[in-house]
Formats: sequence, structure tokens, C-alpha cells
Amino acid sequence: MADLTTDFLGIKSPNPFWLASAPPTDKEYNVRRAFDAGWGGVVWKTLGSEGPPVVNVNGPRYGAIYGADRRLLGLNNIELITDRPLAVNLDEITRVKKDYPDRAMIVSIMVPCEEQAWKDILPRVMDTGADGIELNFGCPHGMSERGMGAAVGQVPEYIQMVTEWCKQYYDRPVIVKLTPNITDVRYPARAANAGGADAVSLINTISSITSVNLDSMSPEPMIDGKGSHGGYCGPAVKPIAMNMVAEIARDAETRGLPISGIGGVTTWRDAAEFIALGCGTVQVCTAAMTYGFKIIDEMTAGLSQWMDEKGHKSIADFQGMAVPNVTDWQYLNLNYVTKARIDQEACIQCGRCYAACEDTSHQAISMSPDRVFEVIDEECVACNLCVDVCPVESCITMEELAPGTVDPRTGRVVEADYANWTTHPNNPGAQAAE
Amino acid sequence: MSDVSPHTPGIHAGRLTNEELTENFSDLHPAYANHEAAVAADRCYFCHDAPCITACPTDIDIPLFIRQISTGMEAAAAKTIFDQNILGGMCARVCPTETLCEQACVREMAEGKPVEIGRLQRHATDTLMAAGVHPYARATATGKRVAVVGAGPAGLACAHRLAMKGHDVVIHEARPKPGGLNEYGIATYKTVGDFAAAEVDWLLQIGGIAIEYDSALGSAVTLDALRESNDAVFLGVGLGETNTLDFAEKTGVDDAVDFIEALRQADSFAEHPVGRQVVVIGGGMTAVDAAVQSKLLGAEHVTLAYRGPRARMKASDFEVDLAAQKGVRILTEASPVGVEGNGSLTGVAFEHATSGERFVIAADQCLMAIGQKLNGQALPALENGKIKVDDAGVTSLPGVWAGGDCASGGDDLTVTAVAEGRDAAEAMHKVLMA
Ligand SMILES: Cc1cc2nc3c(=O)[nH]c(=O)nc-3n(C[C@H](O)[C@H](O)[C@H](O)COP(=O)(O)OP(=O)(O)OC[C@H]3O[C@@H](n4cnc5c(N)ncnc54)[C@H](O)[C@@H]3O)c2cc1C
Ligand SMILES: Cc1cc2nc3c(=O)[nH]c(=O)nc-3n(C[C@H](O)[C@H](O)[C@H](O)COP(=O)(O)O)c2cc1C
Ligand code: SF4
Repeated sequence: MADLTTDFLGIKSPNPFWLASAPPTDKEYNVRRAFDAGWGGVVWKTLGSEGPPVVNVNGPRYGAIYGADRRLLGLNNIELITDRPLAVNLDEITRVKKDYPDRAMIVSIMVPCEEQAWKDILPRVMDTGADGIELNFGCPHGMSERGMGAAVGQVPEYIQMVTEWCKQYYDRPVIVKLTPNITDVRYPARAANAGGADAVSLINTISSITSVNLDSMSPEPMIDGKGSHGGYCGPAVKPIAMNMVAEIARDAETRGLPISGIGGVTTWRDAAEFIALGCGTVQVCTAAMTYGFKIIDEMTAGLSQWMDEKGHKSIADFQGMAVPNVTDWQYLNLNYVTKARIDQEACIQCGRCYAACEDTSHQAISMSPDRVFEVIDEECVACNLCVDVCPVESCITMEELAPGTVDPRTGRVVEADYANWTTHPNNPGAQAAE
Repeated sequence: MSDVSPHTPGIHAGRLTNEELTENFSDLHPAYANHEAAVAADRCYFCHDAPCITACPTDIDIPLFIRQISTGMEAAAAKTIFDQNILGGMCARVCPTETLCEQACVREMAEGKPVEIGRLQRHATDTLMAAGVHPYARATATGKRVAVVGAGPAGLACAHRLAMKGHDVVIHEARPKPGGLNEYGIATYKTVGDFAAAEVDWLLQIGGIAIEYDSALGSAVTLDALRESNDAVFLGVGLGETNTLDFAEKTGVDDAVDFIEALRQADSFAEHPVGRQVVVIGGGMTAVDAAVQSKLLGAEHVTLAYRGPRARMKASDFEVDLAAQKGVRILTEASPVGVEGNGSLTGVAFEHATSGERFVIAADQCLMAIGQKLNGQALPALENGKIKVDDAGVTSLPGVWAGGDCASGGDDLTVTAVAEGRDAAEAMHKVLMA
């Protein structure tokens, strides 16, 4: 049986599934039940400075995007950091960590961008016995307007400065949580690295308006006729999160920097994908908020079964395996030629491939009067759209043309050698391909 | 009353309690709740040149109306349906979808589980009709007058389309109520809550249609007179006569269509008499409906006897299965040869179609459902016992069109009658405006 135990920055947890800093981790009651359910670790809901806690709105906090059968695909929130007193949270963290020494306990922190504020809170967090801290530079709403959260995360210099303070006043691992609300995630990641961060975690939520109520003409969630942008998370954000993770994993400056992957992790497979892109752990929020803590059973069992099937004995065995295969467009092999192939046995004759290709692509699928759909190799550019719109899995597949055969579309012989855009004759900046 | 049970010999009303009867005659395919409808609609693949449209005799744009349901636009969906089939509400209930649209659904081919088109159609049409909206208005009056004979599905569809085009329509109906077999023939559990009458009221909201009841062609009016006083005439008289077997007169031998009609018109199921042992002779929809409803009324033993093999029965597999599921015994290859009894029926004698073996089935009631035929003289030329028409409903007499069961071609189904009535109206309009 595969070993799911994780060692992330020296912090051990029985599995790589941590609960992200959010409502599931906002109090002792939740976290104890999460640990009892089997979660490997938690990042405690973000703590603010000593003093009167922040207040949340008293109306709805969430907006949602649904798929079929009201399956929740995306969630948007306008919640702030913890609205409970600092001392209460710290006491609870201390108690829970003591009772669950084998689980990862990370404390998320967001205090003003002043050295004194960090100097004040860090020793108190240290006293809880927690395994590390996560700096919340991500919240896109409410806190950012007060100069915290995403407002810090969007300025690399601030990230580096705050990270340095934390490394100075705190002696355990420091994880910097990044906001996706930037143009190039490598800059904040490099700043965290330069400041001495032990790891980065990403993504926090994406600024969003999930829907507009067409009766009240206000964004949802609506508070007394008005709405404000919130932070988007859940399955819909996973592709964005994975790209950002991959960018950091393969960047020359940050390569090797440990990453805790966050954003839309809902099943074991999502976790495996994040880990393949270099993450040491994953964090989950929306999936737990949608289905409850019990989903951890599916996640651990699924990951473990898949690892057994693939012969991976530990998480480290496949961690980062996909990173070398993430490349830039210009290095993709232009001599890799494929054609769509429709399995007539599997075809249910819905004609969606035909409509898609005929109306919006390359007119490369023919339709007979008795609804037989066939690919016209002379026209097929191998875009894959038909595969994506076909409702039957594996009915349409992309077949690679063997080197030496002629591509009927271009009339050219498929070359065995790798050749990319950088050497292509159409590229004005091409290097001589001698 | 309470001393009558399913076991009581003879023909009696009140074999079951009112609760049992109400339960037995409840909706065969109950209406969807909104969420159910959304889930069902989501299964539609929005096929290109969808096979279900071709399979619908009225060519409803099924993928379009289903997509409209899934975007919360039931009224628009209903309009899509009514544009093609003004009796879309009744058709949603009575169409043998398993041999029409749903048989053609690609998901039927893929998984044996088609999109439930009939129930979705009902969801859309019910929603609009419940809102009391009639989404059509008449075009500017043309001053043309058209006589429609018969207020069944064919006549009503024809009249509505003509009225919409601005013509004035008078329907001559032999009976005191409109609807044709929708009112007098369709099984009770397919059209609960007096839907047939409500649908006609709704249809007539277009205006420009007058119905003269008890106005039979052949007695109250003649075809010559109608031709003289109108610009065009449409015949939608259905098949008013039933076939009979040349058996001795016996109390308890009844016509199945009369039996069904009496049940449809009864004020309460508890007043409708049925035998203890019922034999229904026939293999079509009428036979199945008579057998099933006898069982639902509390008959102890019901046998449906058909002279040919199962494969030749006109009733669809779904309907034969429904009968079997309700406890009707299905007997095939059984040719009826006589009835037994002394004044009152005691049994029906059969001969096995291939072995020639004779046997008697005990019965106190026998319902004949061996087909209907056209009734009337001085009609246009006939073909195989029906009024000969071309695709546009043109008969041998100038200015006279025909459609529905009384006309040649097409299946004897509600939906076919609607298609033929509508198409005849379009053809008449062209001629009238030429
Ligand atoms: C018992 C039974 C069950 C059925 N179940 C189904 C089902 O589940 N699904 C389905 O699709 N189809 C079913 N059918 C068939 C369907 O009902 C018919 O195909 C459809 O009603 C035909 O419509 P129509 O307008 O041609 O004729 P009809 O519905 O028969 O209407 C003809 C109208 O003309 C009137 N009329 C007749 N003669 C004259 C005259 N001389 N002068 C004036 N008016 C006249 C009649 O009173 C009647 O109102 C069933 C039929 C029967 C008998
Ligand atoms: C209601 C809600 C509150 C959140 N609060 C915090 C927070 O206090 N601190 C923080 O770092 N992230 C917070 N997040 C972001 C999550 O920790 C996580 O980064 C994000 O939801 C993406 O993960 P997911 O797709 O699994 O939900 C919050 C998310 C939600 C839905
Ligand atoms: S791969 Fe693209 S171009 Fe080729 S058949 Fe499919 S949709 Fe058309």
C-alpha cells in the first residue's frame, strides 16, 4: 500500500490533504472533527492583530455557479478573516495541536504591513506550538481595502519585506500564500523566495462577480440592494491555479521552492495533478464546504489506489513528475501530426462533432444522410474540438500519423525529427536550422 | 356497495374503494417538479439535425425547447412546441413517445435511456397554459370563411392555424363536446383532470373559431351545402364506426370504444360497472386501454386476446408491458370464434391460430376492440376505406381537404392528426389567398 505520509518543510502529516484557511478551520470544534475525519493538516483561519476583531456582513456571504443538477462549480465569498478574538483562537490552536501532535497545524496570519504588528503577533503564535505560519497575502476583498491581503500580495517589495520580518521573528517554517489577482505570479513568488520564505501556497481566491440579480439589478450575494466583488474558488478555478503552480515550479529563480497547491481540489485526482506539478501538499476549502469533511475518505483512498496502480510508493515518488513536460508554446513539436478518428461502434450519431467542426472549425467532418460522421483527413487540422464536444468518452480520439506517411491536408511527409517554431521558416526570428 | 368486490360475479360498479380507484387512475407520467425538469433537460445533447425532430410527426424543434427549459424559459419552450403542434399539451401526455421521438433519441441508442421528451414537453406546455397565456394572435381578417367538420385533434389543429391566418372558422361537431377522441377515447390515466376540455378552451382563445355542436355532417348539414356557403371545407371526422364480429347477441358483449367513452364521461369511477372476468379482443391501443382500465376498475381477471403473434400487435411494447404490469394476461394467436352463455355471457371461445385447438375463457364481459372505420356517405373518393388525400390533404373534391384518422396515409395517432390538420390549413391558406 502506498505511503501517503508527507514531510513538507519538516512538518509531518499522515496525508497531503490539508484544509485551507477558511471557515472549515475557523474554530476548535471544526478542526477537531476534521482531524477525526482524517484530514492530514489544517491552515487555521487567518488571524488578525490584537484588538477588536473584524466584523463580517450580516447578510449572505456566498455566490455560486452551478453545473448540471445544481452541482456547485464555483463559489464566491465576501467573508473576512476570523471575526473571533485573537486570544480565543490562540488558546484553541494550542489545545488542538496538543491533542493531535501528528497533524500539521499551520496558522494563517494577516496583520498590517508594519514591522511592529508582526513582532507582536509572532511570539504569541509561536507559543501555541503550531508547526508553521502562512502569510495571507491573498484576500481580494475587504482586507485589501485596509492595505492588507491582496494589497500586499500585489506588491512584490512588500511581500519580501514582510517575509523577512517573519523569518526574523519566528523560528518555524514560513509559507507565503499568493494571490492570483496579479498579471504574472512569478514576481510575487520570486519576492517571497528572496525574503526567505520556506514555501509558497497558492492560489487564494480570484476577484469575481458570480452573478447579477436581474430583478434587483445587483451583484450576488446582495446586501441590501448592493453587492461587492468577492473571491472565487472551487472546481472552476483549478485550471488557473495549476498554471500558476507550474509557472513557479519551472521558473529558474523559484524552481525547487516547496509549494502547497490550492484551488479547486475536489477529488484525489485533482490532488495528484497538483502534486505532479510539484506541490508537496494540497489545501482544500470549497470541496469540504460543499460536501463536508467525509470527502477525505474518497481522497485518501483514491490517491492511494492510484499510486499502487502506478507503482508509486510515496508522494515524493511522483511529486513534480509533470514539471519537465510543461514548456513554452514555441518549443512544441510541429512535426507531431495527428488526425481525429471516430469510432463508429461507439458513435451515437448526435452530430455534435459535425456542428462544431462545420460551423466553427475546419469543415473536416462529413455527415451522410443516415448520420454517419467521418473525418476528412484533407481538412482536419487536429484541433481536438470534436473530441471535447463529443458526449461519448473515447469515441473520438486523436491518432498520431507515423513518420514517413503523408499528411493529406498539407501534402507533406511527416518528419520523424522534432522541430519547433524557433526554427520554422515562417518565423521571422528563426535561428538557422542547420 | 361494500358487498361488491373484485370477486363478485357479473358486471358491477364499485368493485374497489374510492381511494383505490383514485390511486389507480392517477397520472401515468406525472408532471415534473422544476428541478426534476432541469435535470431531465440537461441530459439533452442538442444534437445536430436532431433525429428526434424527424421522428416527431409535427416536427417540433425538440433540442431547442429543451434548451429553453434548461435556461428557465418554459414559456418560450412552450411557444417552440405550440408553433408546430397546438395540441402539444395533449401530445405530451398521449404520444407513444417510445415509438416516436424518444425512440430516435441518441441516448436511447447509447444507453437505452432516452431524454424524457414527452414529460419535458408537458412541463413546458403546462407551465404556459397554467399561466393562462395564449401566445398567438390572429392576422388581419381575410374575410374568408372555412367550415371544419369534426372538433377532434385534426379539426382543432386545422381551425387554429386557419384562425391564426385571419380566416373565419366554423366547426361542425356531431357531439355535444369538443375534443374528439381526446375527450371520449384517450385512456383516463393519460389525461387526468379534464385536461382535454381545458385544452380546447385554451386553444379557442385565439378567437375566430365558432363551434356548432350536435351539427353532424350527413344529418344537420351536408357537404354540398358546406361547400356552397364556405370558401373551403376541411373534413376531420375521424373513424366513427367500430368493426364487429358476427357473434350471437349476449348481455355483456360490448364495444371497447363505447366502454372507454362511458368511463371517460362518468362522474365517478365508482359508478362505472365492469365484469369480474373480462376478455378484451384486439391488439391495438384501444384494446390495451380497455384491458388496463378494466383491471384498474377492479376486474379480477382480465385477458387481452389477440389473433396474431405479439410482433404484429399494433400497441407498442411500452403499452403491452404496461398492461402486463397492471395484471392483464396477454394471449396471442387466439382467434375468437364465438361467445357462450344463456342470455348473459359466460365465456368466449377461441381457436389457436396455428394449432387450431379450441378453448373457452370464462368471461362475464367481453370488450371488442378490433378496429374502427369511416362512417358516412357522400364523402370525397375513398382509398382503402379512408378519404383519399395527398400530402397537403387535398381530396378528390375541389375546395375540400381532409386529415386525421379519416384520411388516408399516416398512423392513427393524435399527433398525426394534428400534423395533418395543420398542414391542410397551410395548404388551404395558400389556395384561399392565391
Ligand atoms: C381508445 C382509443 C385510445 C387511443 N389512445 C391514443 C393514445 O394514447 N395516443 C395517441 O396518439 N392516439 C390514441 N388514439 C388515436 C387518436 O385518438 C386518434 O388518432 C385521433 O383522435 C384522431 O383525431 P381525428 O381528429 O382525426 O379524429 P377524432 O379524434 O376521432 O375526432 C373526430 C371528430 O369528428 C366528429 N365527427 C365524426 N363524424 C362527424 C360528422 N359526421 N359530423 C360532424 N362531426 C363528426 C367526432 O365526434 C369527433 O369529435 C386512441 C384512439 C382510441 C380509439
Ligand atoms: C468563505 C471563505 C473564506 C476564506 N477565508 C480565507 C482566509 O481567511 N484566509 C485565507 O488565506 N484564505 C481564505 N479563503 C481562501 C481559501 O483558503 C482557498 O485559498 C480558496 O478557497 C481556494 O481553494 P478551494 O478552491 O479549495 O476553495 C477563504 C475561502 C472561502 C470560500
Ligand atoms: S480535430 Fe478539429 S479539425 Fe479535426 S475533425 Fe475534429 S474538430 Fe475538425
